[in-house]
Amino acid sequence: MLKLVRAIISRDLRLAMRRRTDIVSALFFFIIVVSLFPLGVGPEPELLRKLAPGVLWVAALLATMLSLPRLFADDQRDGTLEQLALAPQPLGLIVLGKVLAHWLVSGLPLALLAPVLGLQFDLSNDALWVLACSLLIGTPALSGIGAIGAALTLGVRGGGVLLSLLVLPLYIPVLIFGAGAVDATVTGLGAQAHLSLLAALTLGGVFFAPWPTAAALRIALE
Amino acid sequence: MLEVSGLECVRGERRLFAGVGFRLSGGEMLYLQGRNGCGKTSLLRILCGLSPVTDGEIRWRGELIGKLGEDYRQELCYLGHHNAIKEELTPLENLLASARLADEALVEGAALDALEMLGLAGREDLACRYLSQGQKRRVALARLVNERRALWVLDEPYVALDPAAIELVAGLIGAHLQRGGLTVLTTHQAVNITAGTVRELRLG
Repeated sequence: MLKLVRAIISRDLRLAMRRRTDIVSALFFFIIVVSLFPLGVGPEPELLRKLAPGVLWVAALLATMLSLPRLFADDQRDGTLEQLALAPQPLGLIVLGKVLAHWLVSGLPLALLAPVLGLQFDLSNDALWVLACSLLIGTPALSGIGAIGAALTLGVRGGGVLLSLLVLPLYIPVLIFGAGAVDATVTGLGAQAHLSLLAALTLGGVFFAPWPTAAALRIALE
Repeated sequence: MLEVSGLECVRGERRLFAGVGFRLSGGEMLYLQGRNGCGKTSLLRILCGLSPVTDGEIRWRGELIGKLGEDYRQELCYLGHHNAIKEELTPLENLLASARLADEALVEGAALDALEMLGLAGREDLACRYLSQGQKRRVALARLVNERRALWVLDEPYVALDPAAIELVAGLIGAHLQRGGLTVLTTHQAVNITAGTVRELRLG
């Protein structure tokens, strides 16, 4: 079973490497959205510090959304999805592999990049650390929950907008605890509680989301 | 081994076919015929378990395929309209990746031999996006060379192929039947498979 998950991760990573523009454009979107805020609201450090956690996290949500519509659409178009559905293993495991691969090319780079962007908001070193940690812990949940939406809107015309409407409300808990962790550090409270809850959301998101996703994919294939 | 009885397919408001039944045992092939839109592809997808059975039943080794689930898919090889190959990957990578995802052991040497057999020697390391339609189909069909699963369901395998390649694929199917395998096939071309028993079924 692990072999299958590894096989799908390595296949998806190889595909992503051959099509780097997708990853790079999502990252640039993240960079630009985050950078617009200090320019727009003015240079008061106090205000920027207050805004930073929310802005960075919302931008991360939106950047993740960008790559979601293609999570299953490419596989469906070329017939690979049928073959995956006919593989002699649970489809949920294959989805798990795809979710992990999606996180590696979308969530992980965001988490690594966020502290650098956080400098624009005059965040302290501690806050930058917690920001990176919260994104590292929280973004797998975004990929997991997003997979459900991507599967439900598969093959729907104008599915991208529908996908955002479906998925963004489900991202709210992740946003609250993720931004809350950074906020708590900025105001001097510990971030531990927020990070623990975030980790719980991620575990739930990554390990429970593949099964409804698999069911939605089977319906899309009918 | 494969028994189908009273199968019905409804698409939207329209009933495509009803009361379709056949039995296939080892070494036999079903040649599915019919005009465009009569439900050949739908029948094949129902056989694979991709589409639900609205009425009738499909049994594999005496058991309903819905109950067998993964045990049935373990013995099933489906080749659909789409080639199921990735344009960004090379033919060799495609072949190895699809074998790994289907949980089959395929070494690189065997994969290279399969590609050579289908006339893709020298193209192994070229991204599939640069191949012609017929060559892409050949990459998809190269899977069959080392395929030892019992039931092959092939939807229009000959599309975009030249006569030499059709001959080759017919040879692969013949060898599969001789090993005691089963095949369900649709095509609008003439079927020239001499090995095994060929049964015909006309829809519509």
